[in-house]
Amino acid sequence: MAMLHTVNKSPFERNSLNSCLTKSKEGSTILLIEDAVVGALKGTIVADKLTAAVANKNVCVLGSDLNTRGFTEADIIDGIKIVDYAGFVDLVAEHSNVQSWL
Amino acid sequence: MNCHKGIRLGKSLMKFTLLINEGPYQHQASDTAYQFAKAALEKGHEIYRVFFYNDGVNNATRLAVPPQDDRNITENWAALAKEHELDMVVCIAAAQRRGMLDADEAGRQGKDADNIHPAFRISGLGQLVEGGIQSDRLLTFGD
Repeated sequence: MAMLHTVNKSPFERNSLNSCLTKSKEGSTILLIEDAVVGALKGTIVADKLTAAVANKNVCVLGSDLNTRGFTEADIIDGIKIVDYAGFVDLVAEHSNVQSWL
Repeated sequence: MNCHKGIRLGKSLMKFTLLINEGPYQHQASDTAYQFAKAALEKGHEIYRVFFYNDGVNNATRLAVPPQDDRNITENWAALAKEHELDMVVCIAAAQRRGMLDADEAGRQGKDADNIHPAFRISGLGQLVEGGIQSDRLLTFGD
């Protein structure tokens, strides 16, 4: 079973999203939560890396954290899925283990 | 019938242990963990233990008085724990360094006050290890 990775800090503040994108295997899932949701936005300096990740990894973003920061589905890169907390729980249950990139 | 509840429901129900390493009102770790715990319990999963470590021990203070229009993180955890009989454990070494004491520890250390909410209990790091062993998933929330 594939692994779930969570990232909770903005890629413009920390390097954790970049580390996660580099180290995570194909077929794994990356869930962006808290300030990391800004990593899912279109047109940023990290957008190309996220677009590349979507091609062979399952990239998700926590919808409430996205909305809380004033963004919607229209603002995020195509292929990134929006999940709620129930979806977060399902992702944890569906993957063999969880790595929090702190 | 000797079959697991989750199998009867056609879904696998799990045990989770949550590790919280960040204090309240700092960023979002405790809030995210709380919302996750609520969502997991609503789905029928079990929260085996919530372990508060490092600055996360500050989530257990019974003396916090946040503004009335803000969430009360400690009371939210306490209410969830009461409803679902959650085991919420505060790391003793991390707590003592930060002046977090229950009545027993205050007496033992010769302090004149205690501040840990009764919904939480003090114990050691072994409880985190045991939580990891007994649970299907261990999730870390921090900064």
